[in-house]
Amino acid sequence: MIEADLLRKQFGAVVAVSEVSLRAGDGRITGLLGPNGAGKSTTLRMLYTVLRPDSGDARIDGVSVVEQPVEARRRLGVLPHGAGIYPHLTARENILYYGALHGLARGEREARADRLIEALDLGALGGRRAKGFSQGERVKTALARALIHRPQNLILDEPTSGLDVMAVRNLRALLLTLKAEGHCVLLSSHVMQEIGALCDEVVVIGHGTVVGCGTPEGLREATGAADLEGAFLRLLERP
Amino acid sequence: MSTVLAVFLKEFRENLRDRRTLFTALVFGPLFGPLLFALMLQLTFKRNDTQSDRPLALTVAHAERAPDLVGWLESYGVSIERRDFDAAAAQQAVSGGGQHAVLFIPEDFGERFSAAEPAPVLLITDAADAYNDRDLGRIRQLLSQWNLTLARLRLVLRGVDPLLLAPVVVQDIDVSTPATRSVLALGTLSYLMLLTMLMGGLYVAIDATAGERERGSLEPLLTTPAPREQLIYGKILTACAYMLISLAITVSAFSLVLRLTPLERFGMSAHLAPEAALRMVLCCAPLTLLGASLMTIVAAFTRSYREAQTWLGLVLLVPTLPLIYAGITAVRPKLALMLVPSLSQHFLIMSVLRAEPLPASFALVSILGTLLLGVALTWVAGRLYRREALLG
Repeated sequence: MIEADLLRKQFGAVVAVSEVSLRAGDGRITGLLGPNGAGKSTTLRMLYTVLRPDSGDARIDGVSVVEQPVEARRRLGVLPHGAGIYPHLTARENILYYGALHGLARGEREARADRLIEALDLGALGGRRAKGFSQGERVKTALARALIHRPQNLILDEPTSGLDVMAVRNLRALLLTLKAEGHCVLLSSHVMQEIGALCDEVVVIGHGTVVGCGTPEGLREATGAADLEGAFLRLLERP
Repeated sequence: MSTVLAVFLKEFRENLRDRRTLFTALVFGPLFGPLLFALMLQLTFKRNDTQSDRPLALTVAHAERAPDLVGWLESYGVSIERRDFDAAAAQQAVSGGGQHAVLFIPEDFGERFSAAEPAPVLLITDAADAYNDRDLGRIRQLLSQWNLTLARLRLVLRGVDPLLLAPVVVQDIDVSTPATRSVLALGTLSYLMLLTMLMGGLYVAIDATAGERERGSLEPLLTTPAPREQLIYGKILTACAYMLISLAITVSAFSLVLRLTPLERFGMSAHLAPEAALRMVLCCAPLTLLGASLMTIVAAFTRSYREAQTWLGLVLLVPTLPLIYAGITAVRPKLALMLVPSLSQHFLIMSVLRAEPLPASFALVSILGTLLLGVALTWVAGRLYRREALLG
């Protein structure tokens, strides 16, 4: 479970996030929807503890990201924008490295890595260096890496950008499995269909604040729009 | 501690697979330095050999105006090339590069010479022509010998004791041994050695910081519960390891080069037996921590790989500054100077090469002083890595 209260972050004179509160429950997929530059990534970065909020706080399973960032990190799996894996390591080595950084014993991280490689259909890539991986393969590797320590919560920043249709479908199936297992999944996107098809709950961000939240249907009804896209646009236009 | 180890093992393996790192750290640096050094020595030997054996040649314009002088030069084995240059043409020939030097005899030479007045001769040379130095020295020496001989003869003719011309007799006594004489030539060796060592960790330091950020792998790394300062310690340790490997290869290569180069023939000796080589590696090892932490700190605050390369190129010059200073002022090892990193390593390298051991306290001060500074900088790097600005 991820809860944010009145998060605020400013870079110099620019207010990236002025006031964001949200709640992403267990066994649900929550989508953070917003145009480019709305503050989605900054919000997520505060939630996964690489940025410290200027004010406000967030709790991961009740652990404050401001007061106990290290404890919060243990409960989080993170897929940042662009994946960021090591090109000279194989997929398996990339995954194992994070296992070691999470303090898993060798036997445990190896068994876990093998299971993830199988579950994510990375079998053929496991022993290959990541240098020549496609974007889809990179995202899969980064996802396996994020899951090595069995986190209860998963945060994904624009996970589908750069993926082809097949890869998006596979990712969707995986996220639904995680949801079924009772994990809390929070992802950001600017692609409507994706959010509409996948998310149980949508949080719409514009200009650094939450301009609306609810189920996709709920948002549509509240704004009187025909589809999610219309609802999104109406929410952003509101003063 | 387990984090430091995990980071170290991963970085070490990753860099081992990176062709650029591998090439700079293990191939290019360690071999290039010694090869350059060997080539330099060979050229020096060759020049000395050929020049002392070669008969001296000199172009003389209007030799017919000073037959005695030319005869004297010829009697000392100088082969004379006679030309009819006028003064302008003689200068032109030298500045144009056609002649290395021309001895020009003016028209009034014979007249003034006969009258026992100072008779001018013009030795036209090009000081920028490095080829000349040795030959010219011999020619000048011959000319002043003739000058002195004539002066003595003239004094004798006038009934004056020619010994009056020599109130002081200077005798050179050179106390240098072959080992100390070699130091001048080997001065570049410690410079090359330290530079190569530091270069071995250059790409590791860049890759672990600016490179990691540029690839986007820094952000996920910081979402793990691993303590951030331990992440950077692991990276610094990797750079140290590469510097050490680089150093070991360099010292081995130098050891081989010195064995193959006929230093003794040049009246020099340098000791780099396996045991001395090991001592040299141990002397330089503490500098790796200082170099690696300094590079890591600088690279961690650049915005891109390219920028990091530029800055680290400059950082690489820092340890050479004390060496240049030492080279110019010829400072001698002092206990207080052993606190200066890179300079103290230079002194230790030299003492090993010259087989003139410095007191153990000198080595101790160097090792402890440099290590302490390295530990302090590593700690600073750890503090800096906890800052948010790191993500850039």
